[in-house]
Amino acid sequence: MDFVAILGSAIQQAFGPTAVIYCLAAIGLNVHFGYTGLLNFGQAGFMMVAGYSIACAVTIFATSLWVGVVVGLLLAALLALALGVPTLRLRADYLAIVTIASAEIIRQTVAAASFSEYFGGQDGVTDFISGFRDANPYSGSVGIPGLFRWSAFDIWVMTVGWLLVALSCLVVFLLMRSPWGRVLKSIREDENAVRSLGKNVYAYKMQALVIGGIFGALAGFMVSLRSAAVGPSFFATDVTFFAYTVLLIGGAARVMGPVVGAIIFWFLITALGGFFSQATAGADPLIPEAIMDPNQASLMRFIFLGLGLMLLMIFRPQGIFGDRRELAIDAR
Amino acid sequence: MIAVLALLAPAAATAAAPLPTADAGSVCQVPERDEADASIYITGCLRDLREDPPTPVPGVAITLSDAEGNELAAAESDENGAFAVAIPGDPISALGQQFVVAVDEESLPEGSGLRNPDDVEQTITVNTDADQSVAFPIGDPLPESAGGLTLALQLTVGGLVFSSLLAMAALGLSMIFGTTGLTNFSHGELITFGAVVALAVDRLPGQIAIGGLNITVIVGVLVAFVVSAAFGWLNDAALWRPLRKRGTGIIAMMIVSIGLSIFLRNVFQYVAGAQSQNYSQYSAVTPIQVGPVQVTLKEIAVFLIAVAVLLGTTAFLKYTRTGKATRAVADNPALSAATGINVERVISIVWIGGAALAGLAGALLGVTQGFDYQIGFKLLLLVFAAVVLGGLGTIWGAIVGAFIIGTFTELTTLFVPAEFKFVGALLVLILVLLVRPQGLLGRAQRVG
Amino acid sequence: MPAETEPSLAKATPRSDAARAALVDVEHEPGAKKPDPILVAHGIRRQFGGLTAVDVEHVEIQRGVITALIGPNGAGKTTFFNLLTGFDRPNEGTWSFKGTTLDKVPAYKVARLGMVRTFQLTKVLSRLTVIENMRVGATDQRGEGLLSAMFSWLWRGQEETNTVKADELLERFLLHKKREDFAGSLSGGQRKLLEMARALMADPELVMLDEPMAGVNPALKQSLLGHVKSLREEGRSVLFVEHDMDMVRDISDWVIVMAQGKVVAEGPPDRVMSDQRVIDAYLGSHHDQDLSEDMEETILAEAQAEIDAEHTEEKS
Repeated sequence: MDFVAILGSAIQQAFGPTAVIYCLAAIGLNVHFGYTGLLNFGQAGFMMVAGYSIACAVTIFATSLWVGVVVGLLLAALLALALGVPTLRLRADYLAIVTIASAEIIRQTVAAASFSEYFGGQDGVTDFISGFRDANPYSGSVGIPGLFRWSAFDIWVMTVGWLLVALSCLVVFLLMRSPWGRVLKSIREDENAVRSLGKNVYAYKMQALVIGGIFGALAGFMVSLRSAAVGPSFFATDVTFFAYTVLLIGGAARVMGPVVGAIIFWFLITALGGFFSQATAGADPLIPEAIMDPNQASLMRFIFLGLGLMLLMIFRPQGIFGDRRELAIDAR
Repeated sequence: MIAVLALLAPAAATAAAPLPTADAGSVCQVPERDEADASIYITGCLRDLREDPPTPVPGVAITLSDAEGNELAAAESDENGAFAVAIPGDPISALGQQFVVAVDEESLPEGSGLRNPDDVEQTITVNTDADQSVAFPIGDPLPESAGGLTLALQLTVGGLVFSSLLAMAALGLSMIFGTTGLTNFSHGELITFGAVVALAVDRLPGQIAIGGLNITVIVGVLVAFVVSAAFGWLNDAALWRPLRKRGTGIIAMMIVSIGLSIFLRNVFQYVAGAQSQNYSQYSAVTPIQVGPVQVTLKEIAVFLIAVAVLLGTTAFLKYTRTGKATRAVADNPALSAATGINVERVISIVWIGGAALAGLAGALLGVTQGFDYQIGFKLLLLVFAAVVLGGLGTIWGAIVGAFIIGTFTELTTLFVPAEFKFVGALLVLILVLLVRPQGLLGRAQRVG
Repeated sequence: MPAETEPSLAKATPRSDAARAALVDVEHEPGAKKPDPILVAHGIRRQFGGLTAVDVEHVEIQRGVITALIGPNGAGKTTFFNLLTGFDRPNEGTWSFKGTTLDKVPAYKVARLGMVRTFQLTKVLSRLTVIENMRVGATDQRGEGLLSAMFSWLWRGQEETNTVKADELLERFLLHKKREDFAGSLSGGQRKLLEMARALMADPELVMLDEPMAGVNPALKQSLLGHVKSLREEGRSVLFVEHDMDMVRDISDWVIVMAQGKVVAEGPPDRVMSDQRVIDAYLGSHHDQDLSEDMEETILAEAQAEIDAEHTEEKS
């Protein structure tokens, strides 16, 4: 068992581009679920709309990535409005059902062979980030020799990504300490009470849905920039739930929760994946093949992830560094 | 239900003439080829599936064209029914290109046709330099110019069979929601669980037979029904009941159900593998002609079982003491508790029943469509669509909603490509919420 | 809570004298016209399926007095409350507050007009501190707009003014010691107090209290009672739903009785309590028994009727 290799790749993933993506997605979910109590189970849909926007801006409309960014943000906001109108006056489960359904509608439509001319069907869209590549100021890779390294492109993606994360956290911090943020938290606790105090709950929920969706769009941009491609399989339903796990590890309704969560999540997931992959590799694997073959080993981290999501939500919704005082109230 | 199964078993079994194993018939002898030839070949087998084992169909003309429709190459199936046609030119330049493989229907033997007439031309994308295979199942030709009406009828029949399974799954979800308020996102895994159990029984060494009649899959379905019921009880007793006792909110519970869904789905894949596979019986069944439409005995059996179970469940809810208690709890848990109903016991029964229904739906779905570890997960959104359309928490609503959604998804393929049929159903879900959020049979609730 | 915190319990205060004086000439009939109504409802009907929960022909609520809304369980009091405050929509009917028609006005706008309600099942914002709960209650906050929220200098001043007001109210409702605690950690009675104090942050003209005494221990009840009375002393109007007859008799200036969705009687507390229609509504023929003790039976009967009604509806 090569623990150094496992540790290296875990550190690389914990701060790498993928962690950035899930961090941004979770920041959006934090605004939705953590602060406002809205169950958006379709964050992948927001990400997809944005990711395809910058891809198609270049491939179909032959404009710049920046146009794609603007269009992506607008489309994400529009999607939030479209989802909010039928559901935000209803019980919480309806939003959950409609968001998970619409993320799937978007995915299946974009993946459809009938539109493959535009969206490339199952294969998605490629060759659109030359502008982003050209702007890369770095050359050469960064890392600790023998442990891990990031390529120059990775470092560029991470710079942009973590800057976006910092900016997003600042915005969330400023919003949530304001009376506006207080209304959102109040809605999470009891929306009828807030309504009885003269606040337009529907409008606040809609604003929260749009803002969280825009953070989701930022995550979507990072997906397409980081992979230099977008495809329907990048935005499967589970992406949203990984982001929920990220959020709950770091703690819902905490500004830095998604950041802490993303780092820990990717560290653990990568380490688990590495461990089980090594434990089943080779001629005389640590775990006998009859119990676990390499294919099954790759599933172990998701089995742990599912368990982790359940246990976190049950025992530590405030995150693993959560506040005991708050926990005591939840138990009621 | 057992009676129905037993009645239909002999008929289905004899008509189906089960294949000895799942794969034996599908192995195809591709013509020998030169190792040095680096070209990418498109290969396939033409076999008449009306025979058992399927017989090769030789002498059928195959053409290969590029995406623009220019013919590139042609071939003919050999005595094994196999064909192989090389993509001309440098294999590297073929990567990422699309090619169209077509069967010349004129060259098919008299009285035969493609099972799916849409399959005459198949588009394939070459992504790797490995050979690719295509399938052209041959069987009875669909009636000439299957008019719009005939096609609609055919689709309705398929839709009804699918709907009856959807309805069982939806009824389970709706009952659990009605009594506990939980929108269970792991309900799809309850469906898959049934299919997994049936598969496990099927994969046991040997056959289960009564008087020489192989009933392995039938036993598998029955076992799936029973074990799913136990699994439902376990779900409630080990997870949801303790959560209710702690007073966990429904939003938190929904996220817990998501975690459970991810956990179970990966466990299923761990156990059963990622490939889709067929049960050892009834995977290829010859349809019979009923009036203008074709149905298989398998479909009839599945439909009758599903309808019988649905009727049984609704009768149970309507007439028995426990059933009435269940409806009372769904109506008002606090008041029911005050009038002496043991709410926890009722909820436990609902979990047992709901999971049994879902598991049975999953096992039967496995019989009709083949098993795949995501069989329930893929169905989940349609189940939600059905339940929301009918009215979350209602009994008749779930069933009515399922039949509407089930037939709707099939019938939309008349107008739009089949790949959009789920999209249509999910759009219906969103429209319903806009127009009548409480669903067709739901009631508006008092606030505060 | 010690009883001496409640000085004005027994003796009539000038405001209450004035309030009762204004109602002297009002007829003791359902739907009676009031000299200075703040809230007028006409022809309000609400059906749930086949069950008519509320069917009120005409009701007026006098300004500056404490009006009690009583009636057996299932009489439609809470539904009527929901309708008046915009939390539910009637099938038909019109109603107005200070002359402004309220049909189709959403709940939050009703509250902004100056008609603020509390809930039967107290709704505090558990994971917010007590002082934050209070601050949410203030209206017209600049910092509650999305665009100005990020720039604290735009709302800091107003926030401080609101905090001063909130602290005064917490002091008055004896909650200042809990200022920084999560509202979720308060006892049931303290929650009722917090909810009432929070409603006052909006400076309402009409305070609507849905069962303010339900689930409150007797000591705290006295305190709550005093607070309700003090609202009238500040010149506010109060409409409250209550089951505790002693309480109703004690603090209300006018009583409206509902039964089976209709207003069956109106009048000053003493008169109403002896009204035959009220006794019938509550008790049938057993009117020699104490009201509150016999209530249980009525409740059960009403509940049973409701279940039966809903089941018939389900079957049809």
